[in-house]
Amino acid sequence: MLEIKNLHVGLEEEDKQILKGVNLTVETGKVHAIMGPNGSGKSTLSYVLSGKDGYEVTDGSAELQGVDVLDMEPEERAAAGLFLAFQYPVEIPGVGNMTFLRTAVNAQRKARGEEELSAAEFLKVVRAKAKSLKIDADMLKRPVNVGFSGGEKKRNEILQMAMLEPKMCILDETDSGLDVDAMKLVAEGVNALRDAGRSFLVITHYQRLLDHIKPDVVHIMADGKIVKTGGPELALEVENNGYADILAEVA
Amino acid sequence: MAALDDVQVKEGVDQETVEAVQSVGGKYKYGFETDIEIEYAPKGLNEDIVRLISEKNGEPEWMLEWRLAAYRRWLQMDEPDWAMVDYPEIDFQDQYYYARPKSMVEKPKSLDEVDPKLLETYEKLGIPLKEQALLAGVEAPEEDRRVAVDAVFDSVSVGTTFKDELAKAGVIFCSISEAIQDHPELVKKYLGSVVPQSDNYYATLNSAVFSDGSFVYIPEGTKCPMELSTYFRINAENTGQFERTLIIADKGAYVSYLEGCTAPQRDVAQLHAAVVELVLLEDSEIKYSTVQNWYPGDEDGKGGIYNFVTKRADCRGDRSKVMWTQVETGSAVTWKYPSCILRGDDSQGEFYSIAIANNMQQADTGTKMVHLGKNTKSRIVSKGISAGKAQNTYRGLVSMHPKAQNARNYTQCDSLLIGDKCGAHTVPYIEVKNNSARVEHEATTSKVDDDQLFYCRQRGMDEEEAVALVVNGFCKDVLQALPMEFAMEAQALVAISLEGSVG
Ligand SMILES: Nc1ncnc2c1ncn2[C@@H]1O[C@H](COP(=O)(O)OP(=O)(O)O)[C@@H](O)[C@H]1O
Ligand SMILES: [Mg+2]
Repeated sequence: MLEIKNLHVGLEEEDKQILKGVNLTVETGKVHAIMGPNGSGKSTLSYVLSGKDGYEVTDGSAELQGVDVLDMEPEERAAAGLFLAFQYPVEIPGVGNMTFLRTAVNAQRKARGEEELSAAEFLKVVRAKAKSLKIDADMLKRPVNVGFSGGEKKRNEILQMAMLEPKMCILDETDSGLDVDAMKLVAEGVNALRDAGRSFLVITHYQRLLDHIKPDVVHIMADGKIVKTGGPELALEVENNGYADILAEVA
Repeated sequence: MAALDDVQVKEGVDQETVEAVQSVGGKYKYGFETDIEIEYAPKGLNEDIVRLISEKNGEPEWMLEWRLAAYRRWLQMDEPDWAMVDYPEIDFQDQYYYARPKSMVEKPKSLDEVDPKLLETYEKLGIPLKEQALLAGVEAPEEDRRVAVDAVFDSVSVGTTFKDELAKAGVIFCSISEAIQDHPELVKKYLGSVVPQSDNYYATLNSAVFSDGSFVYIPEGTKCPMELSTYFRINAENTGQFERTLIIADKGAYVSYLEGCTAPQRDVAQLHAAVVELVLLEDSEIKYSTVQNWYPGDEDGKGGIYNFVTKRADCRGDRSKVMWTQVETGSAVTWKYPSCILRGDDSQGEFYSIAIANNMQQADTGTKMVHLGKNTKSRIVSKGISAGKAQNTYRGLVSMHPKAQNARNYTQCDSLLIGDKCGAHTVPYIEVKNNSARVEHEATTSKVDDDQLFYCRQRGMDEEEAVALVVNGFCKDVLQALPMEFAMEAQALVAISLEGSVG
């Protein structure tokens, strides 16, 4: 599904290298987790994959289902099935959550040459999906993320993911700042989307999310590289001993 | 009277993004020209031209005298230069003041007799001239929401729909030239009573040479049974359009009125100087909405309409209420301040405005709220959007006169910048001569945020769609004030007029 080879990324504005040769392959239908200390480059990886400005790829490649995505516009990557649940979801004053969702869904459908959803069809689907994430009608009407609590923002990200039905879902610290109940809701939302044709890359600091979303593979990222890869047990090791041991071991 | 602040903010936006979108190029969807035979008055302006216009309209002597008085006055006036707009000197002798399709010389008795080419033009613009139709781009709503239209093409009204049905309710809706002939007592009484002949340079010019426009009278206690609208189309080249609109809401009357305008895409700028007068008697209410989409000129500022407009409402009666809503997206230069004279006690004025200036457009627009009566209230919500190399100025006056006991004003004035070559300016004037009056003013300036755009694009919207969405969000308070049909048209227009703008 997603194949990243030797990816080197620096900042456009200043001479700073952030990703220093990332290699990562996420197979179709699998859930991979990335853990790592703050500042190791996890968010940068998710931004570069989704096409945010400000970064410069100096070497390497990233392919989604065999197609190089690094030269595509962000919206083309989205239409190709790439989704990023933001670590810090953005507020858009004056734009209703529902309007935003419908515009996004139809933009992607249009880009893929599919017919747009009518207002009625859309409403039906969104209501059902919102309900399972405990998102009420009021939250659907309010402007995108404006005045949402941390938990509401993250649930809203998962709702968008559920509506867009992407093939490759990247979740950047979707669990941080959530209480246990909110985290369970988010995890259930993600699990409901697990499917043989869909892959996940879950970035997290904590083992506890991985108790609910069981990963197939766990990677440790440090200083712009994947330094260790293993099974779910690797996450437990981090939980118990922190990163120090692992970093010492690979150093 | 002094400007409290005059802020100019210019901030950077990713240059690459700006260029990428600019390469797509802006598109004006109404720039086509209708190929028909046109009868012009000779070029230039003098007393004979004023006489000719009056004669073409078959006007009585008193109207001609009124025009001539205005013309003589105009000769002694100077063009105003205080607005933050900059344009080459206008040669008033190098243009036509009257142009009408030849097929309109013998006035058609009904719309069925109107030249099909003219009807086609309105169809292309999405303006329904059939009596059951709705404004374009709207899915048929549950209830039957009908809109009566007066269609003005260059200097003449082509036709007015639903006249008979409106007449049954006692409502008069016709072109101003017809009103001058058929309802002289009303025209004599109210024309120039809100915007006097000598009001300002362009209003005085308009008083001398106005050719057509709409006239509305809503009788006492009557709620107009449908929305009324006028659609102005400039087609002829080198021709100024000078329309005059007069709306009278008698005691307890209510009307919602919409106004739209477009023009062909041409290299040479054209002048449009309109006057709109609203008269409100006791307990009456008028909602006046405008979607102004005159041709804005090209990216380099070539061509476009110079839009110099005087619009004023006189809330003469107690408890009367007027609401101006405007979406100003077109024109090369806009100079326009729809105002409210709150004369009656407890009268209210509202002004909701979206002004978008892209490329080389210049807009200097705002409102005047003149509080004369007790307990008068006014509210101003202005959203200015600047993109490209455009300059956008909000200029507003709030004046509390000595007798305006307990008068209130609230002003919210927000500017949004797209790119780093445009300017936004806020020039509020506030005069308070009554201690019990209260004036509140809030102003913000922000720029379209790259993180917002990236968020939208990650969800699948292209850059222009993302900008349109964010800008529509910024304008929401004003869009909500528009009648439903217009709100949808306006939203689409916001997107279109920002094409090729940004990042
Ligand atoms: N736009 C940016 N400008 C400056 N520094 C940045 C930017 N993006 C990332 N960085 C730096 O790159 C490093 C990696 O950041 P990030 O990808 O956010 O790490 P993580 O998500 O793993 O905490 C940090 O040192 C961070 O400060
Ligand atoms: Mg991060």
